[in-house]
Parts: sequence; C-alpha cells; structure tokens
Amino acid sequence: MIEFIRDTYTVLWADLRVLRHRITRTLATSLMTPILYLLAFGYGLGRGITFNGYSYLDFVVPGIIALTAMTNSFAGAGSKLHVDRLFYRCFDEILMAPISTSAIVLGKALVGVIRGLISSLAMFVAGAIASPKLLFSPLLPMFIFALFLSCLTFAFLGELIGLTAKSHEDMNTFSNLILLPMTFLSGTFFSLDGVPEILRIALYFLPLTHSSMCLRAAALNQPFPWFSLAALGIYCLTFFVACTLSIRRHGS
Amino acid sequence: MEAIFTKQLSKQYGQIWAVKDLNLEVRHGEIFGFLGPNGAGKTTTIRMLTTLTKPTYGRAWVEGYDVIKEPDKVRATIGVMQQHLSLDRDLTVRENMILRARLHRFSRLEAEKRINELLEYTGLSEHADRPIDTLSGGLQRRAMIACSLIHRPKLLFLDEPTVGLDAHTRRRMWDLIRRLNADGVTIFLTTHYIEEAESLCHRVGIIHQGRLIAVGEPLELRRKVGMYTVVTVKNNGNSHFMYFPDRESATKYVEGLPSDVKTIIVRESSLEDIFVELTGRSVEDS
Ligand SMILES: Nc1ncnc2c1ncn2[C@@H]1O[C@H](COP(=O)(O)OP(=O)(O)OP(=O)(O)O)[C@@H](O)[C@H]1O
Ligand SMILES: [Mg+2]
Repeated sequence: MIEFIRDTYTVLWADLRVLRHRITRTLATSLMTPILYLLAFGYGLGRGITFNGYSYLDFVVPGIIALTAMTNSFAGAGSKLHVDRLFYRCFDEILMAPISTSAIVLGKALVGVIRGLISSLAMFVAGAIASPKLLFSPLLPMFIFALFLSCLTFAFLGELIGLTAKSHEDMNTFSNLILLPMTFLSGTFFSLDGVPEILRIALYFLPLTHSSMCLRAAALNQPFPWFSLAALGIYCLTFFVACTLSIRRHGS
Repeated sequence: MEAIFTKQLSKQYGQIWAVKDLNLEVRHGEIFGFLGPNGAGKTTTIRMLTTLTKPTYGRAWVEGYDVIKEPDKVRATIGVMQQHLSLDRDLTVRENMILRARLHRFSRLEAEKRINELLEYTGLSEHADRPIDTLSGGLQRRAMIACSLIHRPKLLFLDEPTVGLDAHTRRRMWDLIRRLNADGVTIFLTTHYIEEAESLCHRVGIIHQGRLIAVGEPLELRRKVGMYTVVTVKNNGNSHFMYFPDRESATKYVEGLPSDVKTIIVRESSLEDIFVELTGRSVEDS
C-alpha cells in the first residue's frame, strides 16, 4: 500500500514539474471559456430571469463550474499523455518501470485532477463573486466532494482517450463530438425538467449531467441527488478499469 | 544461462512479419550487434525482448526470465535506450533521472548519489540542469543512456545509439559503450552502420526482412564469405564482386581476367561485403 502511494506520487511528480513550468498559461487558457460563458449566459442572456425560484446567475454558476472541471481534468490528463505516448514515446519509459499498472493509471489521472481542481476553484471564486450564495450553502462539503469526484472521473476519461487515440485527430474528434455537446446539454445551462422525456433519459447517460446536478444541488442547498453521486462513482470506476485494461493490452 | 535466448520469436503486423522465427543467443559480457537495414525488424526485436511488445508467437528469455511470463523481473534487470528520444523534453536531465530513480524506488539519498555518479560517468555533469529540449543530439543520447543505467542493469539494450551523430560524437559514444562493457554490462545494440558493428561488437547478427540470416564474430563471417574481395569494373560501368578465401586465389583470378576490364580492386572483405552478399542488396538502398 505504501509502495502504491509512493509509485503513484512518482508518476504524478514528473507531470507536476511540467505543470509548474506553465502554470500561468494553463490557468489563463483554461479559464477563458468558462468566464465567457459566465458573462454571456449569466449576465448577458440571463439577467433578470428567475428560474425555479433562483436567479439565473445562481442557477448557472454551478453548471459552469462543473464544465470547467470536466474540460480541464480531461485535457490535463489526456493531452500530455497522448503526446507522450504517440509522439515523444516517453510513456514507454513509465511502462518499463517495475511499478503496478494501477499506480500508473492513478498517477496519470491525478495531474488531470489537480488541473481540474485549480481551474474550477478559480472559477468558484469568480462564481462566488457573481453569486455569493454559493459560499453560504450548508452543503459546501458535498460540493467539494462532488467536484473532486467529477475531476477524477473526467481525468480517467481523458486518460482513457489519451491511451487509446491513434492520432491527434482522434483526440479532436472526441472533444468536438462528445465533450462539446456534453458541455451544453448536460443540464449545465438549463434545467432538465423542461426537456422532453426521451431526450432527458438520453441526457441521464452523460456523466456531466450528474456532475452538474450534484454541484447545483449542493450550491443551492436543494435535496442532494445521491443517485447522481453514485452514477458518477460508477463512471469513475468504469473509466479507471478501462484505463487499466488498455495499459495491460499495450503492445499486443 | 545466456544473457538473451530466443526461440522462434516472431511478430506480425497486419500482413507483414516484422520478425520471423528468430533464434538468438547473446552471451554474458559481450557486445552483440544486431545489424540490418531500415525496416529489418531490429526495433521490433528489442521491443519484444524488453517486454514492450508482445510476440505473436515464440518465446524469449532475458537473464533467465521469460519475457512474457515474468516481465517485471526482466524490467528490473535490463536497461533500455530507445531509438527515439524518450525522455520528458520539458524536464531537465536531472529531473528525468530523479523520475527514473524514484520509479525504481531509490531513496532520496541513494538517488542523489547514483545520479551524480552517472552524470560524471557519462560526462553530463555540467548539463545536468538543462531541459532535454535544449541539448544537442549527442548529449540527448548520453542523457538517455544515463537514465537507462540508474538501476545498475546487467544488460543494456541500445537501439541505434549513434544514428544521426557526427563522427566525433559517434566515437565518444563508442568509447562510452566500450567502457560500460568493460565494467561488466552486456550490451545488445542495433545499428545499420557496418563500421560500427565491425569496430565495436564482439559478435553480430544480420537481420533482413525479419529473418536472421547470419550470426558470428565479424572475422568468422568474413571467413565464411571469403576473406578477400575482387571488385571489377567493366568499360560499360558495371561492377562485379567476387569473394576468395585467400590472397593467392584472388590474385590468380585477377591474372585470368579478360582485357576489357577497366578497374580491378583486390581488398580484404568487409562486413559490408558479407552483408551485400547475404542479403543480395546494399544497406544504403532501403
Ligand atoms: N506498430 C507497428 N505497426 C505496424 N507495423 C509496424 C509497427 N512497428 C513496426 N512495423 C513494421 O515492422 C517492420 C520492422 O520494423 P522495425 O521498426 O522493427 O524495423 P527496424 O529494423 O528497427 O528499422 P529502422 O532501422 O528503420 O529503425 C517494418 O516493416 C515496420 O513498418
Ligand atoms: Mg528501429
């Protein structure tokens, strides 16, 4: 167990070193999109609208935090791994090391979690200025836990795509075809209550839907959707196992 | 027990057999050269022996451990320098070495000592804190060797250690490889430079289109084909190679040549002659 933690930290350490060199740029680029969303949807479109008894701004901020967590954890774990594996081949060096596969999988995901957490915490600060309600929710611990779980889930997903993508295009295709629609449709900007039954069921299969439901309920002090938290946990575990299998299969 | 032993080792990619039925023995303490043109299957062989690629069929043992059943034990005893730069380019030489040391579970103190020792050994001390990206090709290769030596491997795989290096840098690399070998490390290296195989390796294996076509000491291989080569060039520019076991028979052949032969060269056979003779083509035209 101690060895596992040590090995995981070693894998993470190298990526953290690299992240440290570029932290400002990373933060600036990763916050651009969500801040634009906040301005455009929160202040621009949604000013004056009330929604289920909340101002639209209060409603949309947790959704934007959820999508910040998703994009940054995904990219944080996925892009460097993908480049290291396909173009620089330095991932082979990690594979050669006498450490367990799960330490590699977790270590590589944690750098995504850290990037996701940094960006979404920065977004949280921006969001709290726009909608101070966020800070006073008694469910704040659940908010932080759900945020962490979301980051981990999307980091594993990013890692999985980084491990299996055969080219740079594969990476882009996945971002544009899966992540981008998920950004807009997963109850981030609107409530799923008003959506037609069939579409709603489909949207329940997207992990981001459950992230935004958990974060929103925690932020607005609504009844907590334990089912969504469990769904997120199942996604997290599934992606972890898929990463492990993908590394084991590497080379055959 | 040999350092490397393979039995029918084979790897298929789609329709191509990258390596086919390879039977090979590498002895402890030698520098073994794996010689072949581009696409011959050298890297694929190294990847299978170093547990990075699974063979389609066949078996291999490295330091007595089965590469398929005991990959962890194999990894712990070998060092590998890949054909392509495989270090983290954003990190410095030292950071890459720290990563490697930690992956091999060195304590902080042990790691520091070993890293300084290796920086000294490979002549990298003054470049230790430069990012890999900013190093010259020769220094990058040294850094790769330094990293692969961290855990004191008994057997070192070097995939084209000198490709793309200038003549001086290449010789310094050869010196380093010889020094390592003298210090007890068995070396398996691939190359498509024939003079490298000839001047550096105790034994060479020639691989062509996935198949091993000859193995032996350079001298032994030359003897097999013929110690002397006669090159004749006719007036129409066509050249022709003939091989002879000794100088006398070569001379006798030259005396009997017709008069339309423009140029005649009699020289000792080289590994290149053997290579061309065995593969039916030159290394360069691939
Ligand atoms: N991952 C792969 N997928 C498909 N084909 C491959 C793969 N790796 C190697 N090959 C093919 O297998 C053959 C042997 O390749 P290999 O890289 O082992 O040659 P090599 O002797 O190392 O050549 P070089 O001198 O260019 O490095 C080539 O025809 C190559 O195209
Ligand atoms: Mg090669």
